[in-house]
Amino acid sequence: MPPLSTQDVAEIALLARLHLEPEEAEQMRLELGAILEHFTQLTAVDTDGVAPMTHAMSTELRLRLDVVEPSLTVAEALAAAPKRDGDLIVVPAILPGNEP
Amino acid sequence: MTRTIADMLVDWEPVIGLEVHVQLGTASKAFSGSGVEFGAPPNSLTDPCVLGLPGALPVFNRHALELALKLGIATGSTIRARSRFARKHYFYPDQPKGYQITQFDEPLCEDGYLDLLLDQQIKRVKLTRIHLEEDAGKNLHVGAVSHVDLNRAGVPLCEVVSEPELTSAEEAAEFMRALHRLVRWLGISEGDMEKGQMRCDANVSIRLRGEDRLGTRTELKNINSFRFVQHAVDHEIARQLRILDGGGRVERETRLWDAAAGQSATMRSKEEANDYRYFPDPDLPPLVVDGATMGALLKAMPELPTPRFVRYQRDLQLAPDDARTIVSDLPLAGYFERVVAVNPRRSGRVIANWVLTELLGALHAAGVEIDQSPMTPANLSELVGLIEDGTISGKIGKEIFEESFRTGEAPAAIVVRRGVQQISDEAQLWEIVERIVAANPKQAETYAAGKDALFGFFVGQVMRETNGRANPVLTSDLLRKRLGR
Repeated sequence: MPPLSTQDVAEIALLARLHLEPEEAEQMRLELGAILEHFTQLTAVDTDGVAPMTHAMSTELRLRLDVVEPSLTVAEALAAAPKRDGDLIVVPAILPGNEP
Repeated sequence: MTRTIADMLVDWEPVIGLEVHVQLGTASKAFSGSGVEFGAPPNSLTDPCVLGLPGALPVFNRHALELALKLGIATGSTIRARSRFARKHYFYPDQPKGYQITQFDEPLCEDGYLDLLLDQQIKRVKLTRIHLEEDAGKNLHVGAVSHVDLNRAGVPLCEVVSEPELTSAEEAAEFMRALHRLVRWLGISEGDMEKGQMRCDANVSIRLRGEDRLGTRTELKNINSFRFVQHAVDHEIARQLRILDGGGRVERETRLWDAAAGQSATMRSKEEANDYRYFPDPDLPPLVVDGATMGALLKAMPELPTPRFVRYQRDLQLAPDDARTIVSDLPLAGYFERVVAVNPRRSGRVIANWVLTELLGALHAAGVEIDQSPMTPANLSELVGLIEDGTISGKIGKEIFEESFRTGEAPAAIVVRRGVQQISDEAQLWEIVERIVAANPKQAETYAAGKDALFGFFVGQVMRETNGRANPVLTSDLLRKRLGR
């Protein structure tokens, strides 16, 4: 596996909304690279004939009844909001409709 | 000289696919117990799961599953016995967890269809998939900042994705109406677009007719009314036609529909938006649909709008418009069927006319739902019968309708009590006609000399004499006979 490039780190940082100084990016490149290196060990395992799985346990999804439970109070819900305007959370302007 | 859109459409073919989010009508959220309610005070419907607080685990709402399965069954979809939830990652202030729980490569439903009830034909549009997901919160943009209300976050949705098989803005609008009809018919959703319970994105491209490959498409977002679907798609088709017909190239982009301005504008492209890093949600094991659930849903499935639309036209001779309106609402269709059932000899066309104009108008004015209608199906059938048999005229019929709607009294009884039976007795009418012509010799002479307009005068006199009860057809016949032409 080729080592992680500076460009790879820049893209991951953008996706994670992290601002990295050049020396931080370099440190991250080495640390992330080591983690990926560690996981490449898995490629040594022979998985021929093993069905792909996404969960370690073969359980099924548990379902709940459609019953309304008490909501948090507005005060509780907004306790961690950095900024409020009345009962609304205030964030820096986002472009209308630019949702994914 | 510039070519018109119609000219260009001779050579070019629009291709449209829709992605429609439909809110599933549950009482609580998709993965937790806070309530679903439109118009509640901001941020009053949250819980640790909705807010993405550490340690909160999602548990899926069984009712949301059942509602989505109903839609899957009604659209003839292949339903996966085991489907899977995935995380779709992006950062946005309306999404506290930093990812949306959705379905990616193993959706609940695939390969279904939706019938468009067009005037000349029923067009069956393929559905690529119907998958489950949770809604995000709501952003309100106010100048230099944005406000976030998380009440809507976690509300269960299903996303219905069509194949690119629609070829006009009219078809796109009918697709939305058809889906709206279906979800309301089955009690899946109110489908109120003004409350965001149905939202539509449209993928639009143009290609030369006869070409197999699709052209470069644009995605239109933010279409939130039936009217806007047609406007927005029409506008985008015209925009692309002008570019392509002029020899230009369409850019692949996302455009935002601005309903107030009646136009779309390109959205700032988000370089990171194409990497959602989907992966199976480790909190949510596979969603298994068991036979008992499917069996119960299949058994409870009502006759669907399409077969009824066909039946109403074929067996009851309804006009396509009337048939479509009746199949847009299950209680309305149920009422109509009950009126027809009282006496199947009565004309379905006439019944439809009374139900859709007089009855719906009166119900609307009284603010009453059709299943609470004071005019019973039996009474409406009786009224239609009185008119068809010639006992009363259509004009008197409207008065009888009003009284019966108001009091609940049977129309036949009102007719007898008010003495408004139509006079269809030839001898009785002839006597009246004789009398009126004799009393107006000058007019009779002028009419005989060729002044046709005076015929109406004589009809009016007969109606006045009989309080409007004279059979109008017989009256005309007798007047012609008496006046000599």
